[in-house]
Amino acid sequence: MTTDVHQLDDGAWISVNDERRINVSDLWPLARHDVCSCEIADFLVEGFAEVGVEHPDVQARVAGRCITCGTEGVTDWITVGRVIDPETGEFSPVDVTSVHVPDKRHRLAHPE
Amino acid sequence: MPTKVENWKDEIYGNEIREHLMEFAEKGWDAIPDDEHDAWFERFKWWGLYHQRKGQESYFMMRIGTPNGVLKPGQLEVVAEIADEYARGPVDNPEFGGAYCDWTTRQSIQLHWIKLEDIPEIFEKLEANDLGTQQACGDSWRNIVGCPVAGKDKHEHIDAWPVAEELHETFKGNDDYSNLPRKWKVAVTGCDQGCGQGDINDLAYEPATKEVDGEEKLGFNIRVGGGLSRKEPRFSRSIDVWVPPEQAADIGAGMSALFREYGDRDDRFNARIKFLVDEWGTEKMRDVLQEEFVDFELKTAGENMRESYTYNAGGEEHGDHVGVHEQPDGNYYVGLDVLVGRMGVDDVSELAELADEYGSGEVRLTQRQNVIVTDVDSDRLDEFLDEPLLETYSPDPHPFMRGSIACTGTEFCSLSIVETKNRQVRYARWLKDNVELPEGLTDFHIHLSGCTASCAQPQIADISLRGMKTRKDGEPVEALDIGLGGGLGENPHFADWVEMRVPADEVPGYIENLLATFEDEREEGQTFREFVAARDEDTLQDLAEAEETSYEDPYMHNTKMTWYPYADEDDMGDSPAPTDGEGNSLAPADD
Ligand code: HEM
Ligand code: SF4
Ligand SMILES: [Zn+2]
Repeated sequence: MTTDVHQLDDGAWISVNDERRINVSDLWPLARHDVCSCEIADFLVEGFAEVGVEHPDVQARVAGRCITCGTEGVTDWITVGRVIDPETGEFSPVDVTSVHVPDKRHRLAHPE
Repeated sequence: MPTKVENWKDEIYGNEIREHLMEFAEKGWDAIPDDEHDAWFERFKWWGLYHQRKGQESYFMMRIGTPNGVLKPGQLEVVAEIADEYARGPVDNPEFGGAYCDWTTRQSIQLHWIKLEDIPEIFEKLEANDLGTQQACGDSWRNIVGCPVAGKDKHEHIDAWPVAEELHETFKGNDDYSNLPRKWKVAVTGCDQGCGQGDINDLAYEPATKEVDGEEKLGFNIRVGGGLSRKEPRFSRSIDVWVPPEQAADIGAGMSALFREYGDRDDRFNARIKFLVDEWGTEKMRDVLQEEFVDFELKTAGENMRESYTYNAGGEEHGDHVGVHEQPDGNYYVGLDVLVGRMGVDDVSELAELADEYGSGEVRLTQRQNVIVTDVDSDRLDEFLDEPLLETYSPDPHPFMRGSIACTGTEFCSLSIVETKNRQVRYARWLKDNVELPEGLTDFHIHLSGCTASCAQPQIADISLRGMKTRKDGEPVEALDIGLGGGLGENPHFADWVEMRVPADEVPGYIENLLATFEDEREEGQTFREFVAARDEDTLQDLAEAEETSYEDPYMHNTKMTWYPYADEDDMGDSPAPTDGEGNSLAPADD
């Protein structure tokens, strides 16, 4: 089956195959990012601006604010989870509290 | 490319959602196919049902749209009965009990913990009493707001209530306007005080006079493109159009059709008409409206009444309708303060009884989350004021109780960052008990929103609070950004954001220190809003320090990680949801 990914309720959460999987309001550490000049940004996730699939990764651009320095912004593409089994659509989210490295490159087939 | 939501709306939207909703309700929660959850929950909003946040699957928030906040005689009792029977969750709220009603900032009613299986019975009961949930959420004409005492107020020039009612009747369930790119919020004001809050709505009718055929006539100036969401607040802007009351519906049809055709369906974040006004400017807006969407010659704007607007204007207030006021017919309306807009269900029943006994039975909701009992007989006014219920919901409340507004927050809302209503209750009580009131301060607005969507309208408060996070001793805690000096009136102003990421337990201390500085440094007679306006950003930042005080905050931890912030066992894994029609846990479908 294809993997169905979207952000809903004004970017409040990411749905993967019609299940709420990733939510706003957590702090995500970001490394090698260009949100602010903090080496590790302590990034409060306030909304998902864009989501997409780059098999097997599910990725998102995340809107929020670094709570160390106060800079707000939208990140480059961050992998938020992985489709482990494309047949069943089984999805495994990454541990959002582990360090994320945003990536500018994203060959997005279906942005939304 | 149209968004996924637009594709779902293309397939099924508007009135036709209902038969599907009813079919699912008959069969039960499990009947909604697993791979259609997102599409149906998006559509159900159109019928006033919002799926609650993670950890509360299968439960819905239900919004009842009451135009202009008017609950006709008998209706409040029906709402209380429905809340009592159907709006009970698995765990009580420690401040408000097991069932309660929320009066909202758009003069609507919200009930929580509604089960899909109960919806047919609830709809039947609502509709038998001329109430409904249609278009209370979703991408269409939302509940019409206005001056809550329309038709009962001495300041009134046009009775805006028939106009609001006409708009409600014209656009509720009207297929031509049922699928807009985004929500469409409308305010109608008939008084010279500005209580309709037109400045923060998508479409505003504001009272204005115009000379027509040598005769001065009363009607409305039209403003477009107000709204507070997404850190992009806008006041509505005049498009230089005046209409007589008879054409109010025509202009509403034209403007919302313009939005339907030109609003952005490719990007929901950009879809509100405020962004189209930014892009086009007001002149083009008027031209396109004239050429494509109305079949009569638009008149230029008339003489408005903004100079006399006192509502939330920072000074002497006719403003919030709390208190005892004489109506033109010699009866009285009595505005009662409901802290953060939430009332336990027994109190709601009691209120309905009192309204019936002392007034006409009518009750109205304000945009400050309060209630008004109208038509109170002058002979029985004192007796009414002695009723015990009015000790809790006072017509003469302490300014900190009176001015408090809070949104839904982490209790139920997906977007939220922090806990809101229960926290604001604690803030208000602590401030009342501990903070000295500056001289002459009778009305002081503190609005708390759990995120940037701004449902509590923080930007138009004296003190704006908005959900954030920070770290305290290395641990993540709930925090608030603090803004100062917002308000409406002739010259509305959005609050300036002054202190960022203040731990939530240090906010009361900040407010205490701030008001002490205000009292020390203010000029004779200066209002808080004037005091803020007279200072630059740097000075504002140095006004006060945040600090811990005797205030205690039980919600500092990440309440969004819980399934319900007030449950004893609050881990996500302890949630009973989703449940069946009886509230029994259903095993999650996929594992
Ligand atoms: C489950 C609870 C709620 C959710 C999920 C929710 C969702 C949202 C969202 C997504 C926005 C911003 C998007 C936009 O308008 O462009 C918003 C704004 C707003 N909502 Fe809510 N809301 C909730 C409760 C309420 C309540 C109780 C009210 C009062 C009727 C309310 C009134 C408003 C207002 C006044 C705004 C901001 C003004 C504006 O931009 O038009 N909301 N809400
Ligand atoms: S302001 Fe944010 S947290 Fe509060 S109800 Fe609105 S969407 Fe939810
Ligand atoms: Zn930073």
